[in-house]
Amino acid sequence: MIVAVTGIILILFVIGHLLGNLQIFLGPEWINGYAQHLRDLGPLLWIIRGALLVVVILHIYFTIQLVIENRRARPDHYKRKDFVKATLASRSMAISGLIVLAFIIFHLLHFSFRTTDPRFAQLAHDPLGHDDVYSMMVLGFSNPLVSGFYILALFLLALHLSHGASSFFQSLGLNDQKLAPRLASAGRIFAWLLFFGYSSIPAAVLIGWVKLRTHS
Amino acid sequence: MIGTLDSRVPAGPLPEKWRRHQNNSKLVAPNNRRRFEIIIVGTGLAGGSAAATLAEQGYNIKSFCYQDSPRRAHSIAAQGGINAAKNYQNDGDSVYRLFYDTIKGGDFRSREANVYRLAEVSNSIIDQCVEQGVPFAREYGGLLANRSFGGAQVSRTFYARGQTGQQLLLGAYQALCRQIAAGTVTMFPQTEMLDLVLVDGHAKGIITRDLITGEIVRHAADAVVLATGGYGNVFYLSTNARGCNVTATYRAYKKGALFANPCYTQIHPTCIPVSGDYQSKLTLMSESLRNDGRVWVPKRKEDCGKPPNDIPEADRDYYLERKYPSYGNLAPRDISSRSAKEVCDEGRGVGPGGRGVYLDFKDAIARLGEATIRERYGNLFDIYEKITGDNAYKAPMRIYPAVHYTMGGLWVDYNLMSNVPGLHVIGEANFSDHGANRLGASALMQGLADGYFVLPYTLPNYLAGQIGKRPSTDHPEFVKAESEVRERTKRMLDVDGKRSVDSFHRELGLLLWDKCGMARNAPGLQEAIARIPQLREEFWNNVTVPGYGENFNQSLERAGRVADFLEFGELMCRDALARDESCGGHFRQEHQTPDGEAVRDDENFADVFAWEYQGDGAEPKLHPEPLVFESVHLATRSYK
Amino acid sequence: MNFKLKIWRQLGRDSKGKLKPYEISGISPATSFLEMLDILNEQLTAHGTEPVAFDSDCREGICGTCSLTINGEAHGPSHPAAACQLYMREFKDGATITIEPFRARSFPIVKDLVINRSALDRIVQAGGFVSARTGSAPEANSTPVPKHKADLAMEAAACIGCGACAAACPNASAMLFTSAKISHLALLPQGQPERRRRVLRMVRQMDAEGFGNCTNTYECEAVCPAEISVSFIAKMNREYAIASLGERLGE
Ligand SMILES: Cc1cc2nc3c(=O)[nH]c(=O)nc-3n(C[C@H](O)[C@H](O)[C@H](O)COP(=O)(O)OP(=O)(O)OC[C@H]3O[C@@H](n4cnc5c(N)ncnc54)[C@H](O)[C@@H]3O)c2cc1C
Ligand code: HEM
Ligand code: HEM
Ligand code: SF4
Ligand code: F3S
Ligand code: FES
Repeated sequence: MIVAVTGIILILFVIGHLLGNLQIFLGPEWINGYAQHLRDLGPLLWIIRGALLVVVILHIYFTIQLVIENRRARPDHYKRKDFVKATLASRSMAISGLIVLAFIIFHLLHFSFRTTDPRFAQLAHDPLGHDDVYSMMVLGFSNPLVSGFYILALFLLALHLSHGASSFFQSLGLNDQKLAPRLASAGRIFAWLLFFGYSSIPAAVLIGWVKLRTHS
Repeated sequence: MIGTLDSRVPAGPLPEKWRRHQNNSKLVAPNNRRRFEIIIVGTGLAGGSAAATLAEQGYNIKSFCYQDSPRRAHSIAAQGGINAAKNYQNDGDSVYRLFYDTIKGGDFRSREANVYRLAEVSNSIIDQCVEQGVPFAREYGGLLANRSFGGAQVSRTFYARGQTGQQLLLGAYQALCRQIAAGTVTMFPQTEMLDLVLVDGHAKGIITRDLITGEIVRHAADAVVLATGGYGNVFYLSTNARGCNVTATYRAYKKGALFANPCYTQIHPTCIPVSGDYQSKLTLMSESLRNDGRVWVPKRKEDCGKPPNDIPEADRDYYLERKYPSYGNLAPRDISSRSAKEVCDEGRGVGPGGRGVYLDFKDAIARLGEATIRERYGNLFDIYEKITGDNAYKAPMRIYPAVHYTMGGLWVDYNLMSNVPGLHVIGEANFSDHGANRLGASALMQGLADGYFVLPYTLPNYLAGQIGKRPSTDHPEFVKAESEVRERTKRMLDVDGKRSVDSFHRELGLLLWDKCGMARNAPGLQEAIARIPQLREEFWNNVTVPGYGENFNQSLERAGRVADFLEFGELMCRDALARDESCGGHFRQEHQTPDGEAVRDDENFADVFAWEYQGDGAEPKLHPEPLVFESVHLATRSYK
Repeated sequence: MNFKLKIWRQLGRDSKGKLKPYEISGISPATSFLEMLDILNEQLTAHGTEPVAFDSDCREGICGTCSLTINGEAHGPSHPAAACQLYMREFKDGATITIEPFRARSFPIVKDLVINRSALDRIVQAGGFVSARTGSAPEANSTPVPKHKADLAMEAAACIGCGACAAACPNASAMLFTSAKISHLALLPQGQPERRRRVLRMVRQMDAEGFGNCTNTYECEAVCPAEISVSFIAKMNREYAIASLGERLGE
């Protein structure tokens, strides 16, 4: 239950975050404006951040507990185990989730606390005094290693969600025989859309579509 | 020591008997019920329903089964349905008609009063099961649906898909679970009853073996109920589950309970035939297939090996249509089974070992189209394909008769108590209601009638006089019975011979199938009676049972059961030999009309044959119970 | 046909077990899988070795006794079917076949391939019934049940209690089994009075037995010989959510 509810909130967040981030394609003004909007929220932003943090912690706490219980439910493993219907995604929720967690930590250090890259600190604020998120993203993703890691993590996130985005319907009892296959494919499509949406950013930077702009 | 058998059928007109008997039966006051312990062996429809009901009334129940869960009793396998005289179809059904059909179906070899009571309580069974949540098939209006079944001209069979037995059993099992949770039933799964204990001539306990630990345990009680099902597995191959056995009832027989009509077995005509030496089980296919399929074999032996579709019409013998022009392929179970055996005996059988006949849907497919046939029988065709690997839409099915149900069982009176005071027997394990042949969909009815609605009213008749008479398990009779069981187990393990348990079982089964199967005759039966003791002798000198007695040992379990079959088979043959007439499932070749119809001898054999054990190797003693027919007229069955 | 077999041998609950290799030859394709094991056991017995313990009873897919994991799949490669409905023609001649018991903490091993599934019985004992005293039932046709509901209830009720769902589930969860019983009774009018109490008690018993949690991998449905649908798990989740909400609100 809690896993499902927190999962939904996280899904909503990633959707919103994606929409925000895609504004990079509209140019620095948009994305920087968006970032500023967020900052302008002031205390509200902190509340949202705090709530998000709680949600993530709850999600992780309960899923980890779940995983431990589930491991305990079968102490002696099969010597040979084949699966008929269980997808790779559904069986690797814990791993994909944990790598996503590692990613989130890195990501926060990277873009929120900006501790990984000394150049970010030197980025000028734009004329309106906004943070230059645009340049930060471009700078960050120009490093193929960073982009590679992002894409990998996004891939795992998509994997996680390709199962999770339909799974929560079942967990909450909002599923039935007719709905199930449709939800399953909708969930998968959703997850991969998300993947392409997000990865388009580092990919675009890498191939040079989105370049650093100098402020005049 | 046993005088004339008293069936304790109450006096009065047939429809009044049961009510009167209930009114005159003794009762046990609620506060006293707690003081009684009752052992119920078996958790099928009969045992499960009895345990749940008696526990609900306030008795303490100890319930036993050999499976790992009470839900797996063999009742689970029944497919077709359960009869009741509800007359929901408005086709003129009534308690009397159900009674009459059952007694006629049994070829007039059952007790009127018992059968009438069965028909009477049939309606309450349906009410009870529906209330438990049994998902019977329904019509669009939300009311219960019915189908028709062999031997009846009305539609009175209730069903739950093809899984009626399963659903009824789960209903009883769930009721049992409720009592287990309430602490009124103590459940002993994976526990086999190996002996009955009598104290002062009363059944007061049993000896069991815990199949997991091998522990031999004594259980004392105020009364013992056996609901251990049928013994069809004496034939080795049957539609019964692997574990079905005669052990519980046979041990009771050896302790003095009478075994009634052991030779009455029902052989079902449409099963999937044997395909190899190691086949372990026969699978039933619904008889409904005969509505559209045509049964045939090649006219000439030489054609038997040919692919069926290469045999031209002119060379086919549609023997049922030839012999029984009016009923044709729908001739009753016993008749069509026997005819199949005849043609195979003539060497015209098809498939491996020549033990099979064709059931052909070609004409039906041509007439109705494959889609219609698929709609009607698709799941059966699928089962057939799963087992045989053959596609019955393309080539005819092969079918053969198989042992299916045993009408015989321990003798019981109207109270369902055997001649041993305190020992009650219910369900397929007793002999009571089906005479020489059981109608489809009436075994489930009988099991539940006994367990829900008869035994709970009749058992107090015995218990009322038994307060405080439960012996301790330290009683010398318990000690003695236990050491006998131990000794026997040890002997079996010690033989250390060369032949496997199954090989003995297979040999016994084949012998009985040949000599005491669909058709029997005196020389054949005598041959079997001579052969079985030799086989038994060899068993005790040359069987090999690996492993130990003190742990889980399936070879040992099987050995014990086969050892009992090896004794029981002889009793069956003796009964078949003594019954010098043909009736129902018992067909003596000496007694038939020129065109092969069974000939009953009501003058001399309108009795129940109840056999008393006289010691190992000694001939058992016959106690006939005359059957009195006050309400029905004995008629000859004819299906020409 | 010839086969190489790898069979799990384990003396008792607390002993250590391992896969042991066997070879068997001359098997006809029409032999059932369990009959193949019978033949192996006859041969082992003839050699004075203890035969392989495995459970079965009806051998036609209805009693739920057989419980083999064959080549990593509960009940073997042919679905939907119980292990007793599997025939050797499904395998390639010369194939290696691995046979293990159903594995879950709640299904302790009795011996070799035989397990103890009493946990499933205890889940039913916790509430998987309608309390209907014998003889007190109203006339059967006094409560009509819409046909589609009766049919759906039958679909759920078809569960044979084999435990393959828990054996196949990556988390050893018995949700499919439990949800089948809960749904069966929740769909029928007779099951209504105890509906909430039933789901709460059965789910809690299921957890207490040490089964894992469902993470919706649907492997159970794939191996279920009775084709029980995972939509019943969704139904159970819903029933449980409503019932526990009701419980919190002090109903
Ligand atoms: C394939 C098949 C289909 C059938 N279809 C129909 C049908 O459609 N309609 C119909 O009316 N009838 C049908 N029948 C017949 C009917 O199913 C049985 O006659 C009936 O279910 C028997 O019920 P029971 O309770 O007497 O015994 P069972 O259900 O056989 O139960 C026997 C119980 O005794 C226990 N037991 C046995 N021996 C021992 C021992 N030594 N120690 C401890 N416990 C022991 C077992 O564990 C089990 O719990 C069918 C039978 C078969 C085989
Ligand atoms: C941070 C580390 C994470 C871990 C360890 C983790 C782990 C898990 C696990 C094990 C499950 C399976 C439980 C189940 O299906 O019931 C799960 C489900 C789910 N997760 Fe995560 N996850 C993490 C992050 C995320 C993130 C970032 C999101 C969303 C963006 C997310 C969304 C979901 C969803 C929607 C479900 C399905 C819930 C359900 O079916 O009930 N998770 N997670
Ligand atoms: C290509 C992909 C992504 C880009 C370009 C990106 C970009 C950013 C940027 C620029 C910020 C900082 C905003 C600011 O400080 O003003 C940020 C914050 C954040 N991102 Fe991402 N992000 C991406 C993917 C993700 C994913 C997949 C997740 C989660 C699963 C995620 C979770 C977060 C969180 C939790 C924050 C902190 C929010 C906050 O500070 O309020 N991001 N992201
Ligand atoms: S749900 Fe299916 S797999 Fe699980 S116990 Fe029932 S029948 Fe077996
Ligand atoms: S396989 Fe297991 S994870 Fe859930 S859907 Fe079935 S119980
Ligand atoms: S043995 Fe009964 S289901 Fe397999």
